[in-house]
Amino acid sequence: MSALINRRDLDFMLYEMLDVPALCQTPRYAQHDRDTFESVIEAAHALAEEKFLPFAAKLDASEPHFDGERVHIIPEVKEALKAYVDGGFLATAFDAENGGSQLPYVIAQSVAALFASANGPAVGYTLLTMAASNLLNVHGTEEQKTRYMRPMMEGRWFGTMCLSEPQAGSSLGDIKTRAQALPDGSYSISGNKMWISGGEHDLSENIVHLVLARLDGAPAGVKGISLFIVPKFHVNDNGTLGARNGVRLVGLNHKMGCRGTVNTVLSFGDTPCTGYLVGKPNEGLACMFHMMNEARIAVGLAGVMSGYAAYLFALDYARQRPQGRLPTDKSPESKPVAIIEHSDVRRMLLQQKAYVEGGLALCLYCAKLVDEKATAEDAKQKEEISLLLEILTPIAKSWPAEFCLEANKLAIQVLGGYGYTRDYPVERHYRDNRLNAIHEGTHGIQGLDLLGRKVTMKNGAAFRLLLGKIQQTVQATAGDASLAEFSVALGKAVEVAAATTQTLAAAAVQGKVDLFLANANLYLEMLGHIVVAWQWLQQAQCAHAGQAKATAADRDFYEGKRIACQYFFRYELPKAHRQAELLAKLDDTCLNLSPSVL
Amino acid sequence: MKVLVSVKRVVDYNVRIQIKPDGSGVVTDGVKHSMNPFDEIAMEEAVRLKEKGKVTEIIAVTLGGAKGEETLRTALAFGADRAIHVKEEGEIQPLTAARALAAIFKKEGAQILFTGKQAIDDDANQTAQMTAALLDLPQATFASKVELDGTKAQVTREIDAGLETLEVDLPAVISADLRLNEPRYLKLPDIMKAKKKTIEAVSFADLGVEAAASLKTIKTTPPPTRSKGVMVKTVDELVSALKAKGLV
Ligand SMILES: Cc1cc2nc3c(=O)[nH]c(=O)nc-3n(C[C@H](O)[C@H](O)[C@H](O)COP(=O)(O)OP(=O)(O)OC[C@H]3O[C@@H](n4cnc5c(N)ncnc54)[C@H](O)[C@@H]3O)c2cc1C
Repeated sequence: MSALINRRDLDFMLYEMLDVPALCQTPRYAQHDRDTFESVIEAAHALAEEKFLPFAAKLDASEPHFDGERVHIIPEVKEALKAYVDGGFLATAFDAENGGSQLPYVIAQSVAALFASANGPAVGYTLLTMAASNLLNVHGTEEQKTRYMRPMMEGRWFGTMCLSEPQAGSSLGDIKTRAQALPDGSYSISGNKMWISGGEHDLSENIVHLVLARLDGAPAGVKGISLFIVPKFHVNDNGTLGARNGVRLVGLNHKMGCRGTVNTVLSFGDTPCTGYLVGKPNEGLACMFHMMNEARIAVGLAGVMSGYAAYLFALDYARQRPQGRLPTDKSPESKPVAIIEHSDVRRMLLQQKAYVEGGLALCLYCAKLVDEKATAEDAKQKEEISLLLEILTPIAKSWPAEFCLEANKLAIQVLGGYGYTRDYPVERHYRDNRLNAIHEGTHGIQGLDLLGRKVTMKNGAAFRLLLGKIQQTVQATAGDASLAEFSVALGKAVEVAAATTQTLAAAAVQGKVDLFLANANLYLEMLGHIVVAWQWLQQAQCAHAGQAKATAADRDFYEGKRIACQYFFRYELPKAHRQAELLAKLDDTCLNLSPSVL
Repeated sequence: MKVLVSVKRVVDYNVRIQIKPDGSGVVTDGVKHSMNPFDEIAMEEAVRLKEKGKVTEIIAVTLGGAKGEETLRTALAFGADRAIHVKEEGEIQPLTAARALAAIFKKEGAQILFTGKQAIDDDANQTAQMTAALLDLPQATFASKVELDGTKAQVTREIDAGLETLEVDLPAVISADLRLNEPRYLKLPDIMKAKKKTIEAVSFADLGVEAAASLKTIKTTPPPTRSKGVMVKTVDELVSALKAKGLV
């Protein structure tokens, strides 16, 4: 069995749930078929398992360090990334005209999932590079594409995203980095950036920083932010590297997890630092956010895979570890059982399964929506998919960060004392995953985004669309005796969500915006659980269909889906009702809480 | 120089093998399959020789059911130029495989047949040798190093006593051992390119080959489980225990 993912599960999602090969009927993906997808995933799996997984623990233990001149990262990283680039994995989803394989995003994400499971921190550099390349592909000029994007797409140079500053993380409107126009059309950049992943290293020949900064005289807040390319080394007209640009490494941040992705504090402009404007002045944040939806799905998936890898490890461990006897066995002479024989251990494993496979289904569904949006020919259909993605993105980003982290916690628990040591990977996965509720918009910010923007956008159009989709599954499963229990429960949850949302929206309309948004996080959890319950019912539905013609090995697999669905509906979904109750009361405990009493 | 590489689809080496309840064989339904690892090594060697300019065309050959096409696609992604699928469902014994490979070898006018030293499903280790015999060609098995020099090949092979180097005249049959090379990771662009290469399907009838039935599988059983160890307190006890078992 693979240590990275249950391959049967991935196949189930791609081919039985999502019918990914259907994308091959669109012109964009016409050159592909299921065999190609399978070969691609096979190749990615081999590389991830053999080239990335073996040094994941070592990378965690050997944090990058800065000697005042250079950042030192263990050589395994560079070697593995070279194999990754040579294998064409950086270019999985890039357009063919840019030298990519032009594979569907959902396949690219499946590939990313394998690498995330094997060694997320090592592969982090490439994710940043893909994001930076995609951004320039959409917003860069032809000249910028040739000069900066191409080398990144070829994997020769890596990219970064420089948004955060020491005083401005969640609130990017408060960034201070300055950009002053120079006579030659370029800009002089000065200021400090904080938390920049991949900000300095020798892994690639050059680093292309994409930096948010304010032009002199720009309006205050988010409407006055522009986007700049700031290369580490200047690039000559013929593409060769010139002198060092004025971006300097101040120091490294020493993190709880994800240690292999070097995280930096950067200073711009101690010596002359040149930047080049991308897109229009003052539209930098919009350019950045163009990429943000996809980046957020990718963060969600990374959270899923930390949990998934830990679950697989805990599952295997539980089958091997002998300890104790069943309650009915009173003989001290008898052989201890494997801990998986204990009902409470199975509870923990089932809970992990319900979280990680639920999260995976959600993230891959969103990834497939990205492809459907890109290939939809009908404008109305495109608009609908786009709305659905808008409302699902904060959930796909946040739910795994919260609940797949819970799975990480349970994996440690399954290993007992061993789980608490660094001799086993489960504590590392926990630490790595803890990041996902923080970066790319904290959990709190995602709640605000969901309730404050996405639910209310276009008069609630996205929200209605989502509930409509869930209702479809409710109806499709209602007549099936083995699924009826879940169908009824999900139907009720949808009604409750609709009513609760109306109550909240009414409060907002009455001007009680503070009260409305004070409940955003609770709302995120409620809707998150309902959406994942929906994903579980769809899985149970597909498993039910598959069961009819299943082989012996598959019968267990499908039964596992049914039972995890049952677990989610009986143990988890009721939490959403509890939350809805509280939400409907417009509880003000936290809103009216005075900071002085804490 | 044209070379043939035989590649077999086998149950993946990571799979925990299970025996069918009726003892008629191992469970293959719904089980992950991949290219026989020794054949991957043979394939890699051919590709390296092509990259060095010593080989001009690589033809991958597989025998077996429809799913064998997956294995051929893998071979094409590795770098084979084209592929031949001897499409026959059901059991194929080593002698049958050897007959088919020999027929294709002759038809193609190839100079070398590369095979894995054995397939990890049946571990028979016979096909290369039988093919050489049928073609009446020299054979160099268990290769850990291959050097081509015009009309000859120098092959280093791993034997019990160390390394042995043979020189064979071409055409010849060479079977690959584990340490011959480390097969490359497949590249996505090569996977895409492989789709455009041709796979020619042929039958035993097309090749004029008759399926051999010289072997009969009587029963398949799991290896005996290791029995529990016994702690002995003294050397004398150990010696008498060994004597009792007839081991000394
Ligand atoms: C390992 C790591 C890698 C990172 N990589 C990058 C990178 O490559 N590039 C980059 O630009 N940034 C990066 N970041 C920065 C990251 O995006 C920020 O840490 C994050 O946006 C939060 O900002 P902050 O740390 O300043 O926290 P703050 O914004 O100070 O937030 C602290 C707390 O207050 C809450 N809060 C803040 N504002 C509100 C509000 N309006 N309403 C309700 N609650 C609120 C937050 O939810 C949070 O719980 C990285 C961070 C880490 C830890």
